[in-house]
Amino acid sequence: MTDIKAEIDALPGLDPQAPLLDVNDLHVEFRTRDGVARAVNGANFTLKPGETLCILGESGCGKSVTAQAIMGILDTPPGFITEGQVRYRGIDLLKLPEAERRKVRANHIAMIFQDALSALNPVYSVGFQLGELFRKHRGMSRGDAKKRSIELLDQVRIPAARSRVTDYPHQFSGGMRQRVMIAMALALDPEVLIADEPTTALDVTVQAQIMNLLADLQNERNMGLILITHDMGVVADVADRISVMYAGKVVEEAPVYDIYARPAHPYTRALLESIPRLDHKGRQLNVIRGLPPALTAIPDGCAFHPRCSYAKDDCRQDPPPPPYAVQPNRTARCHFWREVVGDE
Amino acid sequence: MSDVVLETKGLVKHFPITRGIVFQSKVGAVRAVDGVDLQLNRGETLGVVGESGCGKSTLAKLLVGLEKPTSGEINVRGEDMVRLKGRDLRRARRHIQMVLQDPYTSLNPRMTVGDIVGEPFEIHPDVTPRSGRTKAVQDLLDIVGLNPDHVNRYPHQFSGGQRQRIGIARALALKPEIIVCDEPVSALDVSIQAQVINLLEGLQDELGLSYIFIAHDLSVVRHISDRVAVMYLGKIVEAGGDVAIYEQPTHPYTQALLSAVPVPDPRLRGQRDQIVLEGDVPSPANPPSGCRFRTRCWKAQDICAQEEPKLEIRDRSGHPSACHFAEAREMFASG
Ligand SMILES: Nc1ncnc2c1ncn2[C@@H]1O[C@H](COP(=O)(O)OP(=O)(O)OP(=O)(O)O)[C@@H](O)[C@H]1O
Ligand SMILES: Nc1ncnc2c1ncn2[C@@H]1O[C@H](COP(=O)(O)OP(=O)(O)O)[C@@H](O)[C@H]1O
Ligand code: SF4
Ligand code: SF4
Ligand SMILES: [Mg+2]
Ligand SMILES: [Mg+2]
Repeated sequence: MTDIKAEIDALPGLDPQAPLLDVNDLHVEFRTRDGVARAVNGANFTLKPGETLCILGESGCGKSVTAQAIMGILDTPPGFITEGQVRYRGIDLLKLPEAERRKVRANHIAMIFQDALSALNPVYSVGFQLGELFRKHRGMSRGDAKKRSIELLDQVRIPAARSRVTDYPHQFSGGMRQRVMIAMALALDPEVLIADEPTTALDVTVQAQIMNLLADLQNERNMGLILITHDMGVVADVADRISVMYAGKVVEEAPVYDIYARPAHPYTRALLESIPRLDHKGRQLNVIRGLPPALTAIPDGCAFHPRCSYAKDDCRQDPPPPPYAVQPNRTARCHFWREVVGDE
Repeated sequence: MSDVVLETKGLVKHFPITRGIVFQSKVGAVRAVDGVDLQLNRGETLGVVGESGCGKSTLAKLLVGLEKPTSGEINVRGEDMVRLKGRDLRRARRHIQMVLQDPYTSLNPRMTVGDIVGEPFEIHPDVTPRSGRTKAVQDLLDIVGLNPDHVNRYPHQFSGGQRQRIGIARALALKPEIIVCDEPVSALDVSIQAQVINLLEGLQDELGLSYIFIAHDLSVVRHISDRVAVMYLGKIVEAGGDVAIYEQPTHPYTQALLSAVPVPDPRLRGQRDQIVLEGDVPSPANPPSGCRFRTRCWKAQDICAQEEPKLEIRDRSGHPSACHFAEAREMFASG
């Protein structure tokens, strides 16, 4: 059973000292009839075991595409990875032969989605779908696979798991389906879990259940978790580090406390200011003027400049701001980050 | 100030569950809204919160006449809408309009923005003479912050936030006094959400509008509401001023709901005493006896299964609460 993991551990390039997951300068574009949409143009981040990295950003900024590129489930064509590396313990997944890449992903990196119903197969019972994973990847017998499936459903706190294992996805409520999907993702004991807006469609009460479950499972297994979300409350609750994305770039990456206390990028700052807060009651909310750019026509220079209240002439010209080191552990793609971080 | 523009009494909507195709027989009912009394004052915003399926949208549809109540009254400026018919009903309906959640599907893609915003004038031709309609539509676009020259564009040429503005312009066309907003910003990104909330608040001040504001984001509701009603399985379980509800909630359901909201400040992590509710909302086709929340309530006693708690001011509540053991609980001041 463990030989599959051992086989991967023998792959060339594996470096036990390297970060668990390291995404470097990732570029993804969609070649469509309307032109080339540059959905991801330089995403960088690293993930350690047990760490939670939140990717924060508004819709269309490239969060899901980044996750799809890491998982190797990008819709190709029209989507193509044009630059960058995705390294799992030093192994560049993008350079690996297809069969091996699949094996690494199946056994080490798993993903859950916002919409559990479309991620599960409607015509098979959840027990069958879980069991298949154990039979196919772990060579278990039917009986063992079923037993393991029930254990797993129990671990994700599905009440009466033994009797529910024969139920179909539509027979579960939204929150329960999300648990089933988490069980599927965790079946093969991944070291990295990518969760793309796992609670966005759920009530806050159910969201709290799911986030607590994820936190417990992550602790037990020391998994690295990439949580994609646009909810700044959830981020504040669970993140160790945050990557803020805008128009396909990570514009700021920092530890959670630093970013909330002193954002270094004007976009991060504006996002934090636009959420309703107690002390703003009765006052106008701060807004970010205008709209994010079309990805087929990203502005020259800093992509945020048409909406930025700090923008100066430099910002409108290429090259775009590089990821400046704000602190040893922190970057911001803004020429004027000193001014931003200094502002109250 | 407490000039009531909208009041419901014992409002009920049961959707029949039927079996059989030719001879349908009623085998039960989804009790989507099950006895709602509420009041809305002039110039005020009443927020309505609660989990999915608790009846918020059904309530909204009843208020604007998109669903017919099973029983109860809806009084708008003193007239019972449920009993009005024909021309009188049409005239009365002008005063209460609606803005919907989904800016992507709630606008007809084949109509121009001008047609969409001006459509209410077709239904109520007496409001604006035909000759003045284009001007009226352009004025409305201007009011909601859209370019009046864009009257001939189609919805797909606008962003989500702009489409929501189109929906608001349309709701304003007949100069209503009341606007029912069902999740008006839920589909929007935070930065765009803030623009639309500011617009709604600005219009309220300018035009003296009253809002029913339904949303699942409790921070947004707090920001915009003067009073808040909390719904659970078709009933209002607690109602009061925004400070009373958010800082001194007395119903266990309200307390649980609020405690589940993540606070956007990492320094407060782990300091909230979170009440994590077990399980899901029971089916509204078969709600629990007595107090409907009892299957998930950690304070439930025998009486809760036997006697339905009334929504009333209680010894330790200060504001109406439908719990036999209503008692204020200090909440962590959230976001
Ligand atoms: N036309 C209908 N026929 C039968 N049942 C209905 C109908 N419309 C709504 N319901 C049921 O009534 C209950 C209340 O639904 P409603 O849409 O009002 O909830 P809601 O509070 O708006 O939820 P959400 O937060 O998901 O929008 C649900 O159980 C729903 O399935
Ligand atoms: N299959 C696809 N074909 C063309 N464009 C796509 C496809 N998938 C995503 N995109 C585009 O890529 C951009 C980033 O999308 P996405 O990563 O889904 O954003 P989000 O940050 O909301 O998750 C968007 O402009 C989206 O329209
Ligand atoms: S580089 Fe210029 S435009 Fe870009 S975020 Fe910084 S100040 Fe604003
Ligand atoms: S009446 Fe009883 S069951 Fe209902 S909320 Fe109060 S304590 Fe809980
Ligand atoms: Mg996405
Ligand atoms: Mg609804």
